[in-house]
Amino acid sequence: MSMKLRDLIRKVRACKTASEERAVIAKESAMIRTAIREEQEHYRHRNVAKLLFMHMLGYPTHFGQLECMKLTASPHFPEKRIGYLGMMLLLSEEADVLMLATNSLKNDLNSEIRFVAGLALCAIGNLATADMSRDLAPEVDKHLKSGTPYLRKKACLSMSRCLTKCPEMVEDFVERVVTLLKDKSHGVLITVVQLMTQILLIDAQTYEEEGYDDISETPCRIAFMRLVPVLVKLLRNLLSMGYSPEHDVGGISDPFLQVQILTVLRLLGTGNNEASEEMNDVLAQVATNTETSKNAGNAILYECVLTIMAVESEDSLRVLAINILGRFLLNRDNNIRYVALNTLAKCIVEQNNREDGGQDLANSAASALQRHRTTVVDCLKDPDVSIRQRALELIYHLVNQENVEDLTAELLNYLVLCPREHRADICTRVLRVVDRFSPGDRWRVDTLITMLTIAGRETTREVQSATIVYISRAAEDIQSYATHKLLKAIRDDDGTQLGLLNVGIWCIGEYGDLLLKSYTYTPPSSSGALMEVTDATNGDIPVTISFMGLEPSAVVRTVEDVTGR
Amino acid sequence: MIRFFLLQNRQGKTRLSKWYVPPPSNNNSNGSMSNSNNNEAEKARIEAEVHRLVTARDKKYTNFIEYNSYKLIYRRYAGLFFTIAVDMHDNELSYLETIHLFVELLDSFFSNVCELDIVFNFNKVYSILDEFMLAGEIEETSKREILDRVKLLEKME
Repeated sequence: MSMKLRDLIRKVRACKTASEERAVIAKESAMIRTAIREEQEHYRHRNVAKLLFMHMLGYPTHFGQLECMKLTASPHFPEKRIGYLGMMLLLSEEADVLMLATNSLKNDLNSEIRFVAGLALCAIGNLATADMSRDLAPEVDKHLKSGTPYLRKKACLSMSRCLTKCPEMVEDFVERVVTLLKDKSHGVLITVVQLMTQILLIDAQTYEEEGYDDISETPCRIAFMRLVPVLVKLLRNLLSMGYSPEHDVGGISDPFLQVQILTVLRLLGTGNNEASEEMNDVLAQVATNTETSKNAGNAILYECVLTIMAVESEDSLRVLAINILGRFLLNRDNNIRYVALNTLAKCIVEQNNREDGGQDLANSAASALQRHRTTVVDCLKDPDVSIRQRALELIYHLVNQENVEDLTAELLNYLVLCPREHRADICTRVLRVVDRFSPGDRWRVDTLITMLTIAGRETTREVQSATIVYISRAAEDIQSYATHKLLKAIRDDDGTQLGLLNVGIWCIGEYGDLLLKSYTYTPPSSSGALMEVTDATNGDIPVTISFMGLEPSAVVRTVEDVTGR
Repeated sequence: MIRFFLLQNRQGKTRLSKWYVPPPSNNNSNGSMSNSNNNEAEKARIEAEVHRLVTARDKKYTNFIEYNSYKLIYRRYAGLFFTIAVDMHDNELSYLETIHLFVELLDSFFSNVCELDIVFNFNKVYSILDEFMLAGEIEETSKREILDRVKLLEKME
């Protein structure tokens, strides 16, 4: 007698060991296999349900695939439903047996009962291959014009998948999108906006492959550009709509649709001045009016910021966007800070790459970013490792002539705490920073020696040789300072910092005579943060650094000591 | 676009697993049977790895993990981990809202849902998911609309 699904689940849950469970499943599996072989129609529905349960537990169930297909052809709705569910779970788009389903899918698409058509659309949306898409596209298209929004929205997403599989069909469906945007139902709206996004992405890809002269010339883009005012109006309606219980999430009407519209506006506005101008107002409206207390509001603001930075927006709008990101950085929620750090890093890279648009634009955005520097530095000390990584990326991009000393000090502080795997990368980056922005030779040499002391073992040869090159190019004064400092460092080191030892011993070899003389150096009182790293003394009081002159034998002894360890 | 949607408990048992694209496979083999076996093995492997990554995270950390070519967005509700895998450039915060909406749907449908409800009624949970998401995108944002449909479908059984 065949077990009910509930009983099978209960039995499996009652098993105390894995082998017991395996035994139960194996027994039931065998019974189902026999039932399939003997073509027992009566319990097909139940058997497939049990198979799906076993599949979820991780057991092999491929013998049930054909059963699912047979069930989808059944005239009985519950059987059809479980057949489709089985198909979607047990098969993937790469399965060959999927082709057999095309015919029954076609019949179901044309069914009068809308739930049956809905099931078929669902299956197509999740599983269609390129061939199936080509075959079934006309049927799916009929549903795009269907009387019920239920089928229209499913058809939009299924069509989206069909077009992804067969990009050449895109142009035929552009007109549909135009009509569907006037729909009243939010479900249809969000799916048609998603369809638009997908079409634009496919279009961009085809444009790249076929080498159009100008992306705005593709018929698809020309048609969609005309829709920008419609989209802007939709967004505005959502913002000014009163409380709507159906679509409300935390006080905001349909944040999902808002985010989706912002995404498609981004794709349309990039590189296009006219479209960007049309959306300027509504972007400003979204940016200023959205509630930031709930995550839904923040999601919309995030998407808005991404859109503002990508399209050709005005300066004031860009500064507004950066200020929003700055506010995000101060938020206590880790997710929001992560998102802000990520976006800021992307923004700066883009700002640096922008050759056009006056220097003023780049400067106002860059200066806005500098204002948030302290917050970013604080993120470097956060317990969450992904936030630390993001903050690090951002700091590299923020370094400039004025703040190089402070930021490098922070980087070196971080170097002390960070895990071994990342140190080599950080050292190379610090080297690049030192290369580009050093205020002076002494600072440069100092920083590099400190870095070697902290992470000498992980530094690459590049860093070590660069240090040596800088020392050798410096004035004799600096060389003396460097050699004295290195000697002290390798004496204090326990022998593990190989990079430091390499550089130190080379210097002693080259400039050993300088060690015989004492050396004094009084830094000017404004020497800043680096003093705090190298000496534990107060950086405000100018501290005289002095090294005693050494006897040659003392030097030789130290070197022998070090090499002997 | 959503790549897959996973529901797992603390011990690693999968309560729901919906893949919108086939998992990236390492080797190309011929024949549909071995292909589907590879697929299944690959899915199981990825699900196990996701479970490891997600349960190891502290509450203070962000809800986003970068994993191979996807971003994983997860949230824990009682003893269940809801994980969505999306493309790198997608809006993470809006997917957090998506997870929350789905949990609210389950809560309304089952009246104070608990893990057992999901275990014994997994086919109904899948049908709710299919009314909410299709082809890796959100299909409907109105809770009332989705629940009405699902209840109608139940009546037809």
